[in-house]
Amino acid sequence: MTAPPDTETALEVSDLCVDIHTPDGTLRAVDAVSFTASRGETLALLGESGCGKSMTARAVAGLLDPVAEAAGTVRLAGVDLLAADERTRRAKAGPEIAIVFQDALTALNPVYPVGTQLAEPFRIHRGLSRRAARQAAVELMERVGIPEPQVRADNYPHQFSGGMRQRLLIAMAVALQPRVLIADEPTTALDVTVQAQIMQLLRDLRSEHRMALVLITHDLPLVAEEADRVAVMYAGSVVETGPVDEVFADPRHPYSKGLLDSVPDGGPRDEPLRSIPGVPPELHAIPTGCVFHDRCSLARDRCRAERPPLAELGSGTRRTACFYPDEVPNA
Amino acid sequence: MPEPLVSEPLVAVQDVSKSFDIRASGRVRALDGVSFELGRGETLGLVGESGCGKSTLARTLLRLERPDSGSVRFAGVDPFTLAGKELLAWRRRVQMVFQDPFDSLNARMTASEIVAEPWLTHRAMYPSARERTARVQELFDLVGLRRGDADRYPSEFSGGQRQRLGIARALALQPDLVVCDEPVSALDLSVQSQVLNLLAELQQRLGVSYLFISHDLSVVRHVADRVVVMYLGRIVESGPTEQVFERPRHPYTAALLSAAPSLDRAARTERIVLEGEIPSPLDPPSGCRFRTRCWRATDVCADEAPPLVGSPHVADDDHGAACHHPLLADPDTLVATP
Repeated sequence: MTAPPDTETALEVSDLCVDIHTPDGTLRAVDAVSFTASRGETLALLGESGCGKSMTARAVAGLLDPVAEAAGTVRLAGVDLLAADERTRRAKAGPEIAIVFQDALTALNPVYPVGTQLAEPFRIHRGLSRRAARQAAVELMERVGIPEPQVRADNYPHQFSGGMRQRLLIAMAVALQPRVLIADEPTTALDVTVQAQIMQLLRDLRSEHRMALVLITHDLPLVAEEADRVAVMYAGSVVETGPVDEVFADPRHPYSKGLLDSVPDGGPRDEPLRSIPGVPPELHAIPTGCVFHDRCSLARDRCRAERPPLAELGSGTRRTACFYPDEVPNA
Repeated sequence: MPEPLVSEPLVAVQDVSKSFDIRASGRVRALDGVSFELGRGETLGLVGESGCGKSTLARTLLRLERPDSGSVRFAGVDPFTLAGKELLAWRRRVQMVFQDPFDSLNARMTASEIVAEPWLTHRAMYPSARERTARVQELFDLVGLRRGDADRYPSEFSGGQRQRLGIARALALQPDLVVCDEPVSALDLSVQSQVLNLLAELQQRLGVSYLFISHDLSVVRHVADRVVVMYLGRIVESGPTEQVFERPRHPYTAALLSAAPSLDRAARTERIVLEGEIPSPLDPPSGCRFRTRCWRATDVCADEAPPLVGSPHVADDDHGAACHHPLLADPDTLVATP
């Protein structure tokens, strides 16, 4: 959206799979997901609940629940985090990948003052003294727009509003100037005027620190305004990816098109909204062949039998997992 | 209850105020001089951010909160004066669809029991078991649920189906007004439009009125005939939906519309990003409550609360704004000073 992104790749995820082990068997929550994020750009992982976007984020950040298991590669500055031993992973990923969660109240520790929590990364990764770490925390609070940071550092999370708590989480995430900042529905719990403030802050920080921002969301208008590239996820797979402007103007996967058509964006009121028939599949019942075929108006025998690969489209900046991309515009 | 006149609005709220005591910290004025009308078969959108009084207003219409002052008339009748049989009859006419279809359905009841439960209170509606069974099936058809799913439990349904179930339950008593509190915000986008279409279709067929509360401006724009915008307990703007969205007059409405992302990023003009946050309702600003965040505020805004009035340049204006310095037709005034 702002300056053209650097070409330097910050994060490279290939063939990432996440399996969840349950008493009833193993479920695949993320299925062969690949994407890259360059420094200074915003990549959106877009999808509805249960599509695997948050699971992807957690796998990348190394925060999966023990019942979940990740395979594939997550490459950060040349190191494969999934193959690395725990020490290397911590030393590397701790300062270089940060994540901001949706619910800032549960992500902060309720029994410590926020200044202490914000000082933690400086103490652990930079080895700063208590005093210096606190000073760094206060400066950080000031940077993310918290008034009277010197005083507020002694407050507890519940003494902050939702927007201010989200600012605190962002402060903590950017403390060590990571290469990659993952924001998992960072504004979903916030009011729209506060959302605008938080997105502005994330944009500014991205440019200041040349971070790759991975924005995980279900909100199409937010993606349209904030992201440079988008990966649309459905039932654990990426079904379409490319520059946001191109994908949103001319989607080439029936699911992306269906989502875009469903947005009530000032269309005529007396016409019903378009919707996608049916509901997304449960993890234990993901269709064979194309994951979307049972809701797709273009589906035919080949779609039911064979899974379409995420194949290049024309120029090479776009990919779609559909056998019939040329038919999507008229679907 | 007397038969209403044709011209009479279904709901008329006049100058309603409501405050709550918060122990040790004072009083919150959740509603402060709120007035509006809602016609039969009409959808009124209610927009505002957390803490603006939307929910208190909805609860007042449902007679769950009694206003401190002001009046509520439902087809000319004050529901707060009713008791006994009359009150029961009135309750039938106002129903609610809740935000979260996962929390608002009893997990131990089957789908048909949930839809039929209101008739345990309103026994006269369908006295025989046969009538009730037939009516449940009709309601299932009406909201697009399969009759065969009648004996299944809520946990066996998807979010969208559960919301259909919640809608069927609300319609079981043939209400005149359904209060929809964020009815689609818990649903996925592809399912959300299915439920919005259903609500529109039901209104056409049944002539029911909706009070539609939502934080999602694009949804409100699609469903509402008229819209009311609230800020810190007061109505700051109200009018026909298209007018309010196309030509907002209150700076807060303009900021709210400008803050909402749009799919069409090329159409975006300069964004108004408000400074600061909503002040505490325990200690709201004097005069206009929005003035502390408003880029057009002057001294008069601190001294006097502006009344909700139409433009002096428009005859019989049904588009009102509570602002000393409203934005009128001049598009340049929509650009905020940074």
